Amino acid sequence: MPEKKTISLTIDETPITVEEGTTIMQAAERLGIRIPRLCYHPSLSLAGSCRVCIVEVEEMPYYMASCSVVVWEGMVVRTSSPEIRRARRDIVELLLDNHPMDCQTCDRDGNCELQNLAYAMGVRQRHFEGQRKSFPIEDSSISLIRDPQKCILCGRCIRVCAEIQGVYNLSQQGRGFRTVVGPAHLAKMDDSVCIQCGQCINVCPTAAFLEKQQTSKVWKALAKQGQHVVVQTAPSIRAAIGEGFGLPPGTPVTGKMVTALRRLGFDAIFDTDFAADMTIVEEAHEFLGRLKNGPLPMITSCSPGWISFLEKFYPELIPHASSCKSPMSMLSTLVKTYYAKQIGMEPENITMVAVMPCVAKKYEAARPEHALPDGTPYTDAVLTTRELIWMIKCYGIDFDDLEDSEFDSPLGLASGAGDIFGATGGVMEATLRAASELVTGKPADRLEFDEVRAVEGLRETYVAIGEQSIHVGVANGITNAKVLLDKVIEGKEQFHVIEVMACPGGCIGGGGQPYPPTGIDILDRDLLRKRASALYSIDTGKKLRKSYENPAVKKVYEEFLGEPGSKKAHELLHTHYTARLPRGIR
Amino acid sequence: MSTTTDNLSEVQEAARAALGQRIVGRIEQLDAVAQLMQIPAAKVAGVASFYHYFRLKPRGKFLINICLGTACYVKGADRVAQRLMDELGISWGETSSDGMFTLEGARCLGTCGLAPVVMINEEVHASVTPDEIPVILQKYLKQARDEAQ
Repeated sequence: MPEKKTISLTIDETPITVEEGTTIMQAAERLGIRIPRLCYHPSLSLAGSCRVCIVEVEEMPYYMASCSVVVWEGMVVRTSSPEIRRARRDIVELLLDNHPMDCQTCDRDGNCELQNLAYAMGVRQRHFEGQRKSFPIEDSSISLIRDPQKCILCGRCIRVCAEIQGVYNLSQQGRGFRTVVGPAHLAKMDDSVCIQCGQCINVCPTAAFLEKQQTSKVWKALAKQGQHVVVQTAPSIRAAIGEGFGLPPGTPVTGKMVTALRRLGFDAIFDTDFAADMTIVEEAHEFLGRLKNGPLPMITSCSPGWISFLEKFYPELIPHASSCKSPMSMLSTLVKTYYAKQIGMEPENITMVAVMPCVAKKYEAARPEHALPDGTPYTDAVLTTRELIWMIKCYGIDFDDLEDSEFDSPLGLASGAGDIFGATGGVMEATLRAASELVTGKPADRLEFDEVRAVEGLRETYVAIGEQSIHVGVANGITNAKVLLDKVIEGKEQFHVIEVMACPGGCIGGGGQPYPPTGIDILDRDLLRKRASALYSIDTGKKLRKSYENPAVKKVYEEFLGEPGSKKAHELLHTHYTARLPRGIR
Repeated sequence: MSTTTDNLSEVQEAARAALGQRIVGRIEQLDAVAQLMQIPAAKVAGVASFYHYFRLKPRGKFLINICLGTACYVKGADRVAQRLMDELGISWGETSSDGMFTLEGARCLGTCGLAPVVMINEEVHASVTPDEIPVILQKYLKQARDEAQ
């Protein structure tokens, strides 16, 4: 391979040599200069539209956008002259002139990139008072809110939706002053091809996209006399919620989180990881059936964003999706049936709250198939990690100083296999731990399957189970999943199991996870790796690492469900999917 | 015609021509273009809403284009435009409830000596004053009535 040419240039009077093809912004980062930026996002294509990252280049008659200009030999760059600072400030001021002045009442207050940028650029006055754009808020969806008044047209949401998620639901529509970002014909989000993954919320620098909050419903239930309020937390919450209280990414805080929930007043705190173990038991059983009778591959169904995508974009693959409910819905179902009977309460006196890393879970909870025969939903409210962080702050709980405590029984005990559900490849790994014993009848010779941890987004591999070689695919981020789905449709390669998680990195990178601190972005693979490592450390620290050995799971089967795959298990723990319109273009 | 996004606007123009002049770029048609070309509907809608020659609502029988260029403006085009809006009960880009008139503004029609200029379909009206507007509109309404008989 020919060696890459190097380029020597000067940035702020410091000489530096970089590889050919490096942008000014990247070269400056090597010198520890983080040029202010807004529309730029390292995981997305270049837009070069906001002009915040402009720099002075000697002998060039105009300022250049450092995100998109590649360095040349002998280039002399100034990133912070008085003129440049003033020009950047002017640009940010102009953005603000068309932005509502409501920081104190905004959901992103304290987490807003535009707010931080305005401070850093030295915007201390508003010079102009002119016409501002005015568009209605679109809040008809159960999961998310689109507020075009907060939008600064940076286009990150459009790019993440098209490039990372392959959904392409958003575009800029209209022109000039009337430009607005939304689905085709500015349809309601629920009437569009939106899969409600929430990545637009994660990459938005302002509050143009937000989850639809359900916190008031939860506060109300907690205050109601005689109401039994149950909460469950998804595997990936414990790996990320600490970030909301200033802890470094990757700090596992299971015990503190449980204590905080108890302080908030929840009557029972259960672990979604327990239900992840149940999912594995049911799914492994389903897989053995499919190995005999097909159809293969079996595709996991825990990620509701992925299920939405399947129903709108690949409906012909619906028979391949596992019929198992997601861990959240399994646990909620058990709470309103098995647990309700145990504590002698009627389901209507129980409020089931789920804390999820996910926006699409709000949609899943509202699907009519996840309800008791009388229409009472199994899950009453879904909070994102961010919403729970806010509730804890609102109460005034000093999270960092909390003692550790344990989940409640009977639905709070989980194996390590359940814990790793929150990271990419986790469901696959947990399935392999179970399947290997089921197929061979002998204890698994290994517990860890590093080869299915698709940190880079896509993995295809063969795993030996007894005599059999199992062809597995793991994808996170829908664009990666499409690669596997197209192969299934082509039929050239025969997969046995495919795990799809809609969000990059799996649930740890979900659309409801904390906004990371300045300098780290949500799609950053390093951040995702740190969060995942928190889950792996919980797994390896446990004696109980196989779903089948979970005594709490065994007990539920003995006392209530019978055998895995029994009629009752099917009735309560399985579901079905439907092709939906509008049909997406894939 | 190849189906890439590069010639999306040409395809839409072809669809517009094929489907008739007055009903242009209805939502169902745009979605049909999206399915046919396998281009995301959001992209098709983005293009259609950007270029002003795609209309998402039917155009009136008479298209009024009032020049808002510098010369026309200083000669009182804003007052003429206001009178048009008052008479028709519509704003920019809208169509009167009887389906007769659509009001649009142009930047410069290149006939500054005739300012202020109003074009109605292909016909040019020069040195228009606000008080002439009702007379001009009546003329077109009569023309439409005559054609209908």
